Amino acid sequence: MFANGPSIRLLPRLDDDNRFFWTGGKDGVLRFLKCGSCHQLVHPPVPVCPACLGKDLAPEAVSGRGRVHAYTVNHQQWIPGSEPYVIGLVEIVEQPDVRLTTNLVDCESEDGLIGSDVEVTFEQHDEVFLPLFRSVDSSKESNS
Amino acid sequence: MSAGPPLERQAAITGIGQSDVGRRLGRTDIDLTIDACLDAIADAGLTREDIDGLATYPGAGTGMAGFSGPGTPEVQDALRLKLNWHDGGAEGPAQMKAVIAACFAIAAGAARHVLVYRTVTESTVQGEGGRQGIGGSGSGGSGGVPRFSGFLQWTLPFGAVSAANWIALVGQRRVHEFGLTREQLAHVALNGRRNAALNPKAIYRQPMTLDDYLAARMISSPLCLFDCDAPCDGSTALVVSHVDYAADAPHPACHVNSVGTALRGRPSWDQFDDMTTMAARDAGASMWERTDLVPSDVDIAQLYDGFSLLTLVWLEALGFCGRGESGEFVDGGSRIALDGQLPLNTAGGQLSAGRLHGFGLLHEACVQLRGDGGERQVPGRHEVAVVANGGGPIAGSLLLTRGSG
Ligand SMILES: [Zn+2]
Repeated sequence: MFANGPSIRLLPRLDDDNRFFWTGGKDGVLRFLKCGSCHQLVHPPVPVCPACLGKDLAPEAVSGRGRVHAYTVNHQQWIPGSEPYVIGLVEIVEQPDVRLTTNLVDCESEDGLIGSDVEVTFEQHDEVFLPLFRSVDSSKESNS
Repeated sequence: MSAGPPLERQAAITGIGQSDVGRRLGRTDIDLTIDACLDAIADAGLTREDIDGLATYPGAGTGMAGFSGPGTPEVQDALRLKLNWHDGGAEGPAQMKAVIAACFAIAAGAARHVLVYRTVTESTVQGEGGRQGIGGSGSGGSGGVPRFSGFLQWTLPFGAVSAANWIALVGQRRVHEFGLTREQLAHVALNGRRNAALNPKAIYRQPMTLDDYLAARMISSPLCLFDCDAPCDGSTALVVSHVDYAADAPHPACHVNSVGTALRGRPSWDQFDDMTTMAARDAGASMWERTDLVPSDVDIAQLYDGFSLLTLVWLEALGFCGRGESGEFVDGGSRIALDGQLPLNTAGGQLSAGRLHGFGLLHEACVQLRGDGGERQVPGRHEVAVVANGGGPIAGSLLLTRGSG
């Protein structure tokens, strides 16, 4: 079993552009900016749609489902006291070219991780809700 | 593509210089830089009065302590240079930016002899505490706990605090997509160590076996300790001159044939369109678009190895093999050895010779083109060399050809 992340969470500085993303977990939903004209998800947030140059962008909830595109097991003690943890790169199902660097949690083995289906789970630190991801299968087990 | 030859062919490297290189030399960055600069100026057959341009990467105060070296104002003042052109900064085609900017300044007539340098004192300044993450650079949190903006906000909360982690993601994707093995990746490190044994300035010269490599502790899978370069102290300098000086220089000039500067994908470690490659793909492609030479013309390759995996990415980016084929290309090590089809990182690279941050590779390319490699000189033809710098969203490359003389 790997740790769910480093021993200490370094946190984002919230501003008017990123607050919706980092606080979405309060409502249990993952949100991305979406273009009102061409419906493209835009990440990281910028005030223009890179696809159509439209400026009608607003945060929109997505399903929270994703697929593991890549991962690495970190062993180095960049952050002292950390046990090995899994850094994942997760594609969002609604638009796979939008990816999040994240932690894959409740992860027992690295076999077959790439390509596996995951869903978001949030970890709260003050006003910040970090989007982490767990295997869809293992979450079913833990809910049963 | 364009009328006439590309402007970088107005430039040639006529002088090279290097300070002492080592662990914890205990000397300041400006001290090492002056050694390298004076060495390069003399090597070019010039005096400081001839130098009218000055460039460095990444400029003073950038990055962690010991990373940036002195800025151009400090060097100009120390040597009392009278400059017509000067440039120092971090944004652009990787470490190569300083050299490429010098080429264009010369082609534009802004300068005739540009001194270009890169200095690191990471070993002395950071001590022996091991490879560091970059988590110390935030500000603005409550209670003195730093908070992070920009790209780092998307990675640091998840403990992805080092380029080692970001590059490891690419590595693991390559394991999945191409079947890359640790045994294949090892050959970048083993090749470097073999060549470093023939380089008196190298940091690590003792032999390393495949078993040594496989037994090393993991940093971030699939990257182990020996996939990460060795912090060191040292300064490297070059004189980039107008090509019409090349014939008068005391050593064979290294002519700039073409530069690789493109960035066409997203400038991001984790949102690049193809996560098995990096900006290197674009820089490499753009370099070949500017020349009639082709990859099979290259005699010597000095490809960035801040992490071994980056060398694999560059081998593909520069067309030495197809996408996904670099693991097989280096497997066994014979193709990339000194007497192989594509001698690679002939002074040991950064993995074994030390993290001179791209400029050690540049220096070695010139040494090899001149035929001055001594015990590690590539046998036979040494007319064309490629040098590549950078990883992730930063990438630049340079194709050099040997002049007569
Ligand atoms: Zn749009």
